[in-house]
Amino acid sequence: MTGPLIPMGYIPEAWNNVIAVLLGAGFGFTLEASGFSSSRKIMGTFYGYDFVVLRVFFTAAITALVGLMYFDYLGWADFSMMYVLPTYLTAAIVGGIIMGMGFAMGGYCPGTSFCAIAIGKIDALVFTTGLLIGIFAFSEAFPLVEKIYESGNLGSIKVSDSLGISDGVFTFILIIVALGMFFGATLVERKVKKVEY
Amino acid sequence: MEKSSEKSNWRNGTFYLNPYLGGMFLGLVLLATFYITGRGLGASGAVKNTVVTAVHTIAPRHTENSHYYNKFISTDTQPMNNWLVFEVLGVLAGALLSGILYGRLNFKTEHSPKITTKKRLIFAFSGGILFGIGSQLARGCTSGAALSGMAVLSAAGFITMMAIFGTAYIFAYVFRKNWI
Repeated sequence: MTGPLIPMGYIPEAWNNVIAVLLGAGFGFTLEASGFSSSRKIMGTFYGYDFVVLRVFFTAAITALVGLMYFDYLGWADFSMMYVLPTYLTAAIVGGIIMGMGFAMGGYCPGTSFCAIAIGKIDALVFTTGLLIGIFAFSEAFPLVEKIYESGNLGSIKVSDSLGISDGVFTFILIIVALGMFFGATLVERKVKKVEY
Repeated sequence: MEKSSEKSNWRNGTFYLNPYLGGMFLGLVLLATFYITGRGLGASGAVKNTVVTAVHTIAPRHTENSHYYNKFISTDTQPMNNWLVFEVLGVLAGALLSGILYGRLNFKTEHSPKITTKKRLIFAFSGGILFGIGSQLARGCTSGAALSGMAVLSAAGFITMMAIFGTAYIFAYVFRKNWI
C-alpha cells in the first residue's frame, strides 16, 4: 500500500475522525510527557535554563522528514502527494513575527496550550481564550490585511529547491545544524542558573 | 529518606521524557499522520474552524460574503474540514492521559514569583490574541506551519519557524521579568 493512505483511497472516509482522535492523542501525550504543558519549562529555551523545546522540536521535525524520505525511497509513500504548505513570503514572515511576540508574552503556542488545559492550567485556558478572540478579530478585519495575506505568493515551494540543493543535502545540513544547536544548548544550560518552577 | 524516595517516584509530577526520545516519538506521530492523511498535525486550525462554524451558524450571510470565512465554510467538496477539531480532541485526551500517568493534574496558574497571577493572566491573554492573529496570517502556527511544514521541506515552514523563534528570543529579553 503506497501512502498517503486516505488520499489514495486505502482507508474509507468513515475512519477519518477516529484516526484524527488517535493521532491527536499521540501528539498530545508526547507533548505533555515532554514537559510542554508548562509555560515556564517551554520558556526555558529563550532564557537558557531548559532547552527542551529546541531539542524536542528539531528532533521531531528531522525524524518525520527523514522518515518520509525513506518511505518515499522504499516506495511506501509518495512524497509528492504530501501537502506542502504554500509560501506567501510576506505573510509567513509577518505572521511569524506576531506569533513570536505572542509566544514570549503568553508562554504557549496553540498546541501546547491545549495540553496545559488538559492538566488544569488556568493560564493556558486564558491563552486559548485570547487565541479564539485573535482569530475572530483577524477574520473580521480581513479586508484590512488581505493584501499582506495574499502577497509574495511563491506557491508550494521546497526550501531545498529555493536554495538550489537536493533534498538529501539539505536534510544532511539540517541534521548537522541541529546537532550543533543541541551541543551548544548543553553548554549554555551548564552556565545558566537553574530556575525552579 | 522519605524525600529521596519521593523524588525518584516517576508519578509525582516531576518526571519528563528524555527530550530526544520525546522528539522522536513526536516525529513518529507526525510521520504516521503524513503517511495516513497526506497532511501534517495542527492546532490553531481547530480554533479557526470553531470560529468559522460559530460565526456561520449565527450570521451565514456575513460569512458567505467574507473573503476570509468563505474559504473555510464546510461544503460537500471539503469533507476534511473538521479533521483538526477531532485531532485536537485527541490532543486533549492524550495530554490528560499523560498528566494522569505522571501525576501532573491540578488547577493552577504558573508564573514567576516576581509577577502576580493577575499579571500572568493578562500576558497569557494578550499572547493568545497575538498568536491567533499571527497564525491566521502565516496560515498555521508552530504545529501546522512550522513543524509540519519543516517535515515536508516547505519553505514557508522554515521561514515561519525562524520568524517565530527569532522574534521570541528578542521579546524574551523585553519580557524577562515575567519568566525569570
